[in-house]
Amino acid sequence: MNETPLWASESFWKKTAIWVTAGSFLILVVLTFDSLKQTTAGTQRVPAYDVINKKIDYQFDKELNKFMPVIDGEELLFGKEYTEEEARELVDLGKKTTQAKNCMNCHTLLGNGAYYAPDLTKAWLDQGWISPEMREDMMIQFLMNPEKNARTFGTGRKMPNLGITEAEAKGVVAFLKWMSSIDTNGFPYNFKTLYAED
Amino acid sequence: MKSGGLAGVIENAGVLVDRSRGYWQDFQNWVQLDSSTLSPGRQLAVKYFIVAVILFCAQILFGLLAALQFIFPGFLYEFLDFSVNRMVHINAMIVWMLYGFFGCIYWLLEDESGTEIVGLKYGIWAFWILTGAVALVVLVYLFVQIGPGKDSSLWLINEGREYIEAPRWADIGIVAVVLTFFYNVVATFSKGKWSGIAGVLTLDLVALAGLYVAGMFYMTNITHEQYWWWWVIHLWVEATWEVLVGVIMAWSLMKLLGVRRKIVETWLYIEVALMFGSGILGLGHHYFWIGTPEYWLTIGGFFSALEPIPLVAMVVHAVYDAGAHSFKTGNHPALAWIIAQAFGNFFGAGVWGFMHTLPQINLYTHGTQWSASHGHLAFFGAYATINIAFFYLAIQHWRGDVWMAGGIKHAWRWKWALGLLNAGVLGMTIALLIAGYEQSFVERAVEGSTWGGYFAAQSQPAFQNAMTWRLFFGLITASGLVLLVWDLLTIGKGEERKAEMPQQA
Repeated sequence: MNETPLWASESFWKKTAIWVTAGSFLILVVLTFDSLKQTTAGTQRVPAYDVINKKIDYQFDKELNKFMPVIDGEELLFGKEYTEEEARELVDLGKKTTQAKNCMNCHTLLGNGAYYAPDLTKAWLDQGWISPEMREDMMIQFLMNPEKNARTFGTGRKMPNLGITEAEAKGVVAFLKWMSSIDTNGFPYNFKTLYAED
Repeated sequence: MKSGGLAGVIENAGVLVDRSRGYWQDFQNWVQLDSSTLSPGRQLAVKYFIVAVILFCAQILFGLLAALQFIFPGFLYEFLDFSVNRMVHINAMIVWMLYGFFGCIYWLLEDESGTEIVGLKYGIWAFWILTGAVALVVLVYLFVQIGPGKDSSLWLINEGREYIEAPRWADIGIVAVVLTFFYNVVATFSKGKWSGIAGVLTLDLVALAGLYVAGMFYMTNITHEQYWWWWVIHLWVEATWEVLVGVIMAWSLMKLLGVRRKIVETWLYIEVALMFGSGILGLGHHYFWIGTPEYWLTIGGFFSALEPIPLVAMVVHAVYDAGAHSFKTGNHPALAWIIAQAFGNFFGAGVWGFMHTLPQINLYTHGTQWSASHGHLAFFGAYATINIAFFYLAIQHWRGDVWMAGGIKHAWRWKWALGLLNAGVLGMTIALLIAGYEQSFVERAVEGSTWGGYFAAQSQPAFQNAMTWRLFFGLITASGLVLLVWDLLTIGKGEERKAEMPQQA
């Protein structure tokens, strides 16, 4: 009885390895098609770029038992109504700027990145901007001149001056506003926006 | 006057070149290593190992600078900002580990295939091109750092995407180099003989090169961009790299302990089945919060919870084999690092990963120092250790298969290097875990992740103390690395006794 049983044989595990890998990969490919379709800009989960013309909030949904973006009514950005194409261009400039300035190696975006500076997922809605009226101006000032407008909350950790132009700063603000409208399955939890009443 | 100045500069430069040539000569006399005794494939492997160790040193150096900035935020402000140091820290890590893996494969290729490497000339060119490109990318990271929000910045300076920041031109170069490497491997096995190890390696390299391409596109839609970004990062480090380590481990166990080929190859298939079976769909644990559909919470949670299983299997495999062969090995430092790998991989990747992989927990831990804690132990435990083990295997052969055991002259060096590096990384891991817990409670659960909440958590004594401990253990790690480099350069020098390498049963 020195024969190797099937479950311990090399050929059995070789076949298993091939089938398991191929099967898992196939499932991943199918799910990838579906996920990309469901998250194309202009869907329920990832709104179109012209959402920057709207008022965006983030509230606890009792029925779903999680925090959800709430898009409701008009709230123009920089006092202008953007067409979808103009909005896409502006968000694109902002997104490209966040990459070229290496934001992700201090901040997190959608929770991914480095942990030296705050998460940017819902930064547009942060209470630190005090009120909807002051927000745009404060954000532009901060992005263009972070040393003078530092938001260190007493830690001494300041954003460096990254040479962001006014056009780029507007792009970044548009990008952040658009990003805050994405349905992130309730992340971050318990985030109180600057519209919150208490 | 002017020409005199110029002549002076030339003269000084000449003196400098002569002097550095002298130092280089002294260094070579000191290490007494002659690569002409190695086979051509192994000469190339050694080149990869040398650059790997240099980049390992860079990783630790820039890690220390970043750690200092957590404590003294003004340190190097607007000169070498945290973002730059952190980017070089993690990029040097990714690249040195890849260099290590490439070196390992070139080292075992002739032995495993039974023939000389086909197209080695191209492999050598690829090495120099890659190394030149890496040097240039790092110089641009350090001296240019950032650019305007245009495509040209992403093509020439920095793509601004964690782990794969390398500008696009370098991406294309990396793919070309990997394809050359792939050609060397496949053509050599085709000319010589194929084996189970060869088959797994070949398929794994196809995936490794193919996946990198998924990360080479710019997208406005951040959800789509992060979706593909994770294809590269996750499917590299939690799938294809793990299998690559399985291949290297399988070959090393045959050489180190004399384990039978049939056993290591069967284990390798089991590991591939478990690793890809859990790891491919385990990718879903990165798709909880980036805008992707809710079904990823279930799929990602379930499959990533299974991810530790292959790592348990690897521990069993390594420890069982070591025990079954009564720890009889011709290379003690290498075996010690292999055992460190088995446990480090299991705890760092397996346990530390599992602790925060379920979405119910991850909602609070995502994007905190938890991830840093996991990252430190996992990358070290799974990948640094196996590379270091292989460095010892290589240096032993290079010294002429000399005796390399616990009782060797200056054995304290490898033992202390082993102890300091492991203790240092473990200490950083625990410190970061404490910081992560504190952040999850204060910033995430109580304060709701606002900017105010973030800084409230950063200001807590528990967090700040943890950052001090992290720096302390970072220095321990650095001292271990210094000792390791010294030991790798000197171990076995002047040793006359030959190692009794185990024969395969």
